[in-house]
Formats: sequence, structure tokens, C-alpha cells
Amino acid sequence: MYALTGVTKRFTKGRKEVRALDGVDLSIGDGDWLAIQGPTGHGKTTLLQLLGALDRPTSGSVVFDGDDLAKLSERRLAAVRARSFGFVFQFFNLIPTLTAQENVETALVPLKVSAKARRERAATALADVGLADRSGHLPAELSGGQQQRVAIARALVTEPAVLLADEPTGNLDEDTRDEIIGLLEGLWKDRGLTLITVTHDSTVARRAPRIAWISKGRVSLRKDDRRVQRPRRATRKGTDGEAPPKGDDGATVPKSAGGASPVTDGTTEEETAAE
Amino acid sequence: MFLTYLRRELRRRRRQAIVVALGLALGIGLTVTVTALSSGVQSAQQSVLHSLYGVGTDISVTQQADRGSGGPQRFDVQRQRGSDQNRKSFSTDRVTAGIGLQSFGAATVAKIAKQPHVSAAAGGLSLTDVKVNGKFAQQQGQEGQGGPGRGGFGSGGSGGNPGAAPSQPPINVDTFSIEGVDLSAPGVGPLSSVDVSTGRSFTAADAKAKVAVLASGFAKQRGLTKGKTLTISGTKFTVVGVVSGGGQSTDVYLPLAAAQSLADQAGKVTTIYVKATSASAVDAARAEVKKVLPKATVTSSADLAGAVSGSLSGAASLAGNLGRWLAVVVLVAAFVTAALFTVSAVSRRVREFGTLKALGWRTRRIVGQVLGEALVQGVLGGVIGIALGFLGTYLVNRLAPALTATVANGATGGGAGGHGGTGGPGGGRFGGGFARAAQHTVEVHLAASVTIGMVVLAVALAIAGGLIAGGFGGWRAARLRPADALRRVD
Repeated sequence: MYALTGVTKRFTKGRKEVRALDGVDLSIGDGDWLAIQGPTGHGKTTLLQLLGALDRPTSGSVVFDGDDLAKLSERRLAAVRARSFGFVFQFFNLIPTLTAQENVETALVPLKVSAKARRERAATALADVGLADRSGHLPAELSGGQQQRVAIARALVTEPAVLLADEPTGNLDEDTRDEIIGLLEGLWKDRGLTLITVTHDSTVARRAPRIAWISKGRVSLRKDDRRVQRPRRATRKGTDGEAPPKGDDGATVPKSAGGASPVTDGTTEEETAAE
Repeated sequence: MFLTYLRRELRRRRRQAIVVALGLALGIGLTVTVTALSSGVQSAQQSVLHSLYGVGTDISVTQQADRGSGGPQRFDVQRQRGSDQNRKSFSTDRVTAGIGLQSFGAATVAKIAKQPHVSAAAGGLSLTDVKVNGKFAQQQGQEGQGGPGRGGFGSGGSGGNPGAAPSQPPINVDTFSIEGVDLSAPGVGPLSSVDVSTGRSFTAADAKAKVAVLASGFAKQRGLTKGKTLTISGTKFTVVGVVSGGGQSTDVYLPLAAAQSLADQAGKVTTIYVKATSASAVDAARAEVKKVLPKATVTSSADLAGAVSGSLSGAASLAGNLGRWLAVVVLVAAFVTAALFTVSAVSRRVREFGTLKALGWRTRRIVGQVLGEALVQGVLGGVIGIALGFLGTYLVNRLAPALTATVANGATGGGAGGHGGTGGPGGGRFGGGFARAAQHTVEVHLAASVTIGMVVLAVALAIAGGLIAGGFGGWRAARLRPADALRRVD
């Protein structure tokens, strides 16, 4: 799915040049869950932005499904983002004036989905994350965990191939963190998503089968090919038109990693604390 | 989604939206008011020009007399024997033609009438009637030696007779202006613009009759009405009508032949009134007239407008300069404020727009959203602005005092005044007096009104304000990188 070759990203801060990424080579397969960890300011978010086609590398190539994202026009990049990627942010990034339902619908706007279909799909997505009864609420009327659920529903409503989460639990308390990470893990398992999470939290990172450690712009993999065995590989809607599997109550509220065995990635407590 | 998002966003920023809309409203309201005022003043000016000039007349032609050509005029004073043998009374009633003006012959009028862009031409003879009466003080041994005074009156004057016995007050001087009207071209000339208050205006049948039409002010002052008789220099004229309008520049209208006869100016006119073939042909007609009479003063209504002074002129200047600039300044300030508010709002929404870009929204859609919000504020401002414009116009109409317009008669071709000096030292007095009398003041009421054009202007300004503000905001939004959505924490 992803093949990053010699990816470098430099920023200029005043007279200083900052090398956020320095010759990153990385491949991410279809259906992988990769957790990106590393100290603050060492390039985690920059890498996520390049993977999500939100930015372009200074040099190197970011190939996604055969297309080098570094070379696509802005228009095509926007289309790729709309179709293939879902984003979940640390601060939820919901539009404060729109209800939960409308926030979810915003992701369908660029896909030119009819208003009726938009409403239906958004309602389904909210139900999938267990917020069917909160669809008319404004973000300010929801708890942090609920807001993040809305953000996840917004990310998933387009049925993307990749879900990119930037510190998805960074702004939540411990209970809610577990709830959200469980939700993401369930979705990853059920929907066959490629999940890429940037996190400081080793508890969250440990749930991922692969961890990429990034330091001073360089990436090293800590948990090579120790994939969690998923019960089954669900087909993504949009590739075959099938709706994602639902629970008894009509929602696909996932449980936590279930049968997945806890994975240790060798990251020391010192390394984690350093973040 | 577009409208929902737009409505919710404006509701969230309603205080700012109201400030922006009110700023635009103030600018637009002021522009509408000033434009209405300006239009009202313009219409008042037109009304003044209409009253002073004549509907059918596009151009008037006069020619200044060569300096000194008038020569001194004899001022016949009749001595009257009174009861007091020491005092001798005198009186004179004299009609003088075109003071300071060159006269034209009928052939010149005909020649001008034949010019390609001239539709009609009519002659007019401007006369001034001066009645002077008083008493001579008797001087020992000099009785009968003084003789009549000589002096200039306009082109002459009254005093300046060193040999005359000094007169003693009271000396009554009574002047009024007379206009000989060419009845062969009824649509052109001084009577073409007047409104008949009582009686009638002249008809072609009056060409040789001893009839007069009086200006309403003059008729009121003299207590003359239709059917009464006015004696001018010994000739009796029957009043057939009283007219208003016409700028009060003339007190008495007489048929041209009668006027010529009074002033011994048979076949002569001092003013030629010209009607062009069309409004667009006025300049061409003017050039043709100038070619026929190179030395003549050829005045069109546009020239006359420049000669209007008084509070109307002040209002025109106020509306044209101060008002317009004030409106421009307020509008620009409103536009800048709206633009700054919009840019500021966009800056506060970096993460929001970045998120939308991350969701795949194209820059165009986001710019459209910002533009839409700014446009709604602009249109809201426009609606309030139009209401303010109507209110401002209403207040202007209610509170504005009556405006006066003063037009120097010289501009209309009367030509009185200014040439009083040729008759010696005493002549200046009457010359100046005529000059003052030759200024005509018309009172007009300002009627500012908001027209459809002004409403369209207001809507255009509102849209422009919205587009400018939205354009700046959109430009700021377009420059946002989606990566900012992840980076920005606020």
C-alpha cells in the first residue's frame, strides 16, 4: 500500500533549517496497523502528514497504491484524501457550529454524495461508534470521548482505505483512552483498514502489531512483522459495496483487541518516558 | 451543507457579523443619502436653470458693446413748477436698451436660425426702464444754467453733471426690467419656461398690440393685475397676464415690436435665443453660432449652471465634495473593517479549514464558504444601508432649509451692470445698482429621493463589500495548508 523511499522533509525556521525527516524508507502493507512513536519534535506528525497527503516531501517518494503523492496535483491530492484517507486528530477538530451528524457529513461533501445519502450514511457511521442518540448535539455538548467518537465516525463514513490517527487518545482520560483505542482496534479488525497511529502512549502503541520508532527524523521498526492475527478480513465498503458488519443492535461497536495477543515491542520504559 | 454551515457560522460570530454589516450599512446608507442629496441638488439646479433659462432655449447669444461705444446718453429732466418757487421738481421716465450690450439686426437672427444644428432662433430685446423724480434746490443766479445732467447710465449713468444744481432728497429712482419677446418663435425665448398664473401669455396676434405680461413678483409689488394698465415711458400697456417662474429676471414682458419702439431700436435685438435640433446638437449649434458671431458670448445651460451661486451652490458643493468624500471614506473604512474582520475570522479558523482540507475539501469550496459568509454580511449591510439611506434622505428633506440660487444676469445674456463707468464719476453708482439688480435669486426646496438606480448602487456596493471582505478572507483561507490542521493547537 505504502512505499516510502528516501523521504526527506526540511523546514526553515528563521535562518535555521530543520530536518524533520531524514531519508525515511518505510513500507506499510494493506491492512497493517502501524504505531509511530518517538520523542516530541522528531518527525512523527510530519511523517503522518506525508502519509496522509497533507504535505509533500522535500525529496524522496511517498507511493500510495501506485501513485507518488509527492507528484500529484493539489486537486488529485484532495481527491485522494477524500476517497482513501480518514483522519482522527488529538483535539478532535470538529466544526464547533455543526452537530455531530453534520460534522460527519462534512467528510462526504467532497465526494458529491446526495444530501439524502449523506444523512443516511452519517447516521449509520454515528451508530457504528455508538452515538446514534447524540447526532443532533453540538461538539460542545459532548464529552471528549464522544467527540473523538464523532471524529472517528467522520473519518470512517467515507469508508477509507487508511485511517490516520494523530494522538487519538492524547486528550482523553485513561478510561476514555481505552474505550477509543478499543474502538479503533475493533474497526481495524472488522473493516480491514490500514491503521496508522501516532502516539506518545506506550499502552496504545503496544496494541499495534508494528511500531515505528522515529528519532531525529529517522525511522526504525521495533516490532518487525509481528502482526496481530485478525479473526477475519472484512471487505471495505467502496471496494465491493458491502456494508460493514454490524452488531445485534445495528452498530459495529467493536470490542477491544479480543483474541489478539498482547504484543511487546521491546520499547523500554525509559524510551517511552523520554517522550 | 453550504447554507447550514454558513448560517451556523454567522450565528456563532453574530456580534462580529453585526458589526461588519452595520459598518457596511453605514457606508452604503451614507452613499445612498449623499447620492440622493446630490441628485436632489442637481434636480434643484435643473429647476433653477429651467426657471431662469427656458425649456426650449438651449443657447443664448449676447455680445458686449465695445467699450465707450455707448456714449453718454441724454437724461432729459423736465422741470416742473411747484408751489414753492424756490424748489423746482423734475421727473424722467426713460427706457434704455441693452445696457452694455451690442444689438443685433433681424438678419443676424435669421442667419443663426438657418444653421444646420439650429432648430429655431428668436430675438429678444432687454430694456431697462428708469424713472427718476425729485426736486432741484434753487441756487441763486444759476437757475436755468445747469441744464440737464449728462452721464452714463449703465453705459451711462446719472450723476456727473458739474453744471447742474445739486438736487436734494428725496429723489426717487424706480427701475424695472423689460424683455421684448419675439412672438414669431413661440417655443424659444424667455416666456417658454414661465407658468401663467393669471390671464394668458402672448399669442402671435399680440405682435403689434400694446399688451404686457408681468412677472408675478413685479405685479404684486405694483399692485397690477390682469386688465390693468402699465405706463412705460408714456406708452400705456394693458396687462394680459401674470406669470411665475422664469427666474424673475424680467419684470415686464412686451411684444418685441413694442419694446423696440419704446427704445427706438427698430429691428434690433440684444439677445438671440437659440434652440438646437437636439440635446446632443447643442455643442455643434454653439460652434455654428460662434462662427456667425465670433465676438458674441454664447451661453448654454451648462455654462449657466456654473454661474449659479448661493446656498444651492453651497449644497451642491457640499454634496459633491464633502458628502461624496465622506461617503467614500466611510465606505472604504467599512470595506477595510469587513476585510480585516473576515481575515481575522479565517485566521481563527485555521484548524477548522485545515481539517476540511484534510477531509478532502478543495480550496475552492473553502474559499466559496468564506465568500458566501462575507457576501451574506454584505447583503445584510446593504439592506440595512438602503433603509438608512431612505431614513437619511427623509431627514434631509425634512430638515434641509430652502435653498437659494443666485444667477448673475450676465450669464443669461442680460448683461446689465459692469459698464457703469463710461458716463463719468457719477455713472458708477447706477451701474453698480443695476449689477445688483441684475442678480436673480430663486428659492428652491430640496427634494432628495432614493431612486431605483441608487438601490441598485447600494446592492452593488453591498456585494462589492462582501466580495472584497470575502476575497481577502478567501485568499487567506486558500493559503492554508492542510498540514496546519494537525499542527495547529488553539
